[in-house]
Amino acid sequence: MSASAPILEVRDLHVSYGSIAAVKGISFEVATGETVCLIGANGAGKTTTLKALARLLPAHGTLHFDGHSLLHRPAHELIGAGMTLVPEGRGIFARLTVAENLDMGAYCRSDRAGIDADRDRVFGLLPRLKERARQVAGTLSGGEQQMLAIGRALMSRPRLLLLDEPSMGLAPMMVQKVFEVIRSVAAQGVTILLVEQNARLALSVASRGYVMESGGITLSDSAPALLANPGVREAYLGE
Amino acid sequence: MEIFIQQIINGLTTGSVYALVALGYTMVYGVIQLINFAHGEVVMIGAMVAFSVITALAGTAAPLPPAAILLAGVAAAIPACMAIGYLLERIAYRPLRHAPRLAPLITAIGMSIILQHLALLVWSRNPMAFPQIVDNPVFTIGGAAITGVQIAIILLSVVLMAALTWFVYRTRFGIAIRATAENVHVASLMGVDANRVIAATFVIAAALAAVAGVMVGTYYGITHYTMGFMLGLKAFSAAVLGGIGNLAGAMLGGILLGLVEALGAGYIGDLTDICKWPLMKEAVAERCAADGHLILMGSNYQDVFAFLVLIAVLVFRPSGLLGERVSERA
Ligand SMILES: Nc1ncnc2c1ncn2[C@@H]1O[C@H](COP(=O)(O)OP(=O)(O)O)[C@@H](O)[C@H]1O
Ligand SMILES: [Mg+2]
Repeated sequence: MSASAPILEVRDLHVSYGSIAAVKGISFEVATGETVCLIGANGAGKTTTLKALARLLPAHGTLHFDGHSLLHRPAHELIGAGMTLVPEGRGIFARLTVAENLDMGAYCRSDRAGIDADRDRVFGLLPRLKERARQVAGTLSGGEQQMLAIGRALMSRPRLLLLDEPSMGLAPMMVQKVFEVIRSVAAQGVTILLVEQNARLALSVASRGYVMESGGITLSDSAPALLANPGVREAYLGE
Repeated sequence: MEIFIQQIINGLTTGSVYALVALGYTMVYGVIQLINFAHGEVVMIGAMVAFSVITALAGTAAPLPPAAILLAGVAAAIPACMAIGYLLERIAYRPLRHAPRLAPLITAIGMSIILQHLALLVWSRNPMAFPQIVDNPVFTIGGAAITGVQIAIILLSVVLMAALTWFVYRTRFGIAIRATAENVHVASLMGVDANRVIAATFVIAAALAAVAGVMVGTYYGITHYTMGFMLGLKAFSAAVLGGIGNLAGAMLGGILLGLVEALGAGYIGDLTDICKWPLMKEAVAERCAADGHLILMGSNYQDVFAFLVLIAVLVFRPSGLLGERVSERA
């Protein structure tokens, strides 16, 4: 697949909600520097997978980030290790200001100068956030909130960025803008695992993709191959 | 008018204490949606520890200056209460973090009873005179009296509330506390150790409670192992009045409750004096001629006001004066 060593390696991952199995033994990997997407219909188990990676849900199997097992590390240690999740529904802190939300992204860091530089970088990438820095985040529009959630994650200087449905609930114009931002983040060398229902968009930024269906991965291929795959075209591209 | 000013002064004093205690309820509720019913008992322990330290130090052959002794009492009460706050969270509440909401609530009531009875064993079942060692000069404002202790209580409360506000709104850890209060899962994604934040919240609340306990002891000159019950209930009412979970609300609610209570106590005697009711005057003229007053409800009804206010708030503005959301988080 990829030449470089995988930064994320998932083998035979199982996640259940009580007795209901939501993820049934999936395996995939993400190599340093690439953008990989995980597409699938609503309820396929994409969010469950990301939550298990972020240690918000207990899971079984092998989960290696940067060569180390994640399974027994608490959620709050992952961002410091270099893996940051932008959760489904954005998860911004609505009662904190935009600036405070960004500061929370850098909570695990102590390099003042680096944090200031990254804040400037995020403001450069997302100028709207700079205009609204003193504003309470709950007053932002949905698109701006998604930008803030991404900007906040970037403040942790992630080596692997997990994005869960960044297009969810946004107007088409805004979706385009959010994906432009994702493209430029990827261009800056951040490794990205992107989860999306909007398969066409996801495959337009990712180089490879996995298709997820009822808790399992059914297909894995390069983005152009998936875009050309008749099954994918019918099921996920609305053709 | 003198009565009015006097009751404002008294109300600001008790209100300041309510505010400090209410902040403890509201901070803990804000972060883990638990009403820590044992919080009033932490106040009581603070008063008790200070009582012991002050009594011991004042009883030596060559005692320290009174202000130093009082300070030593506070300095002992604060870490003692912080330790209790920490242990409460660690032993009683943390194991129930994911249990149904009723479990920690009942545990809190149990902790409150345990702390009361520990205090009964360690100290006394009887009320104890809190040593009045510092000078307490009386000043007059507009015909009303304000004591040095009252001034000290009000000023110290203002300082502590300002410090807490600064901490919660201006420091990194304070922002992390607010973030955790809003969404503990996302806060943990940002690297915040929720256990640390929750423990810190209990410890900060307990430190404020310790100071409040010493204030109450010094102001009323008495401590008793049940004193935390009514005080805690009123401070909790103050937190609900202001909007539970909201810091400014707890401060406002505490002060308002103190004022309502003091003004109520100051005027209820006059208002329920039948001799002053035009319609009733005639009927009870004989009794009034004899005593001059026929009061239905005296200032001993003072405690009722706190709860009348609480009920009124719950009926007309369930989210409290400054509270924004009523709905419980899933
Ligand atoms: N908290 C939960 N409790 C029980 N079942 C859940 C919960 N969250 C998700 N599920 C179930 O797990 C499956 C996968 O859900 P999810 O991971 O959210 O899918 P996706 O993100 O792909 O839309 C679905 O069948 C969903 O109903
Ligand atoms: Mg999802």
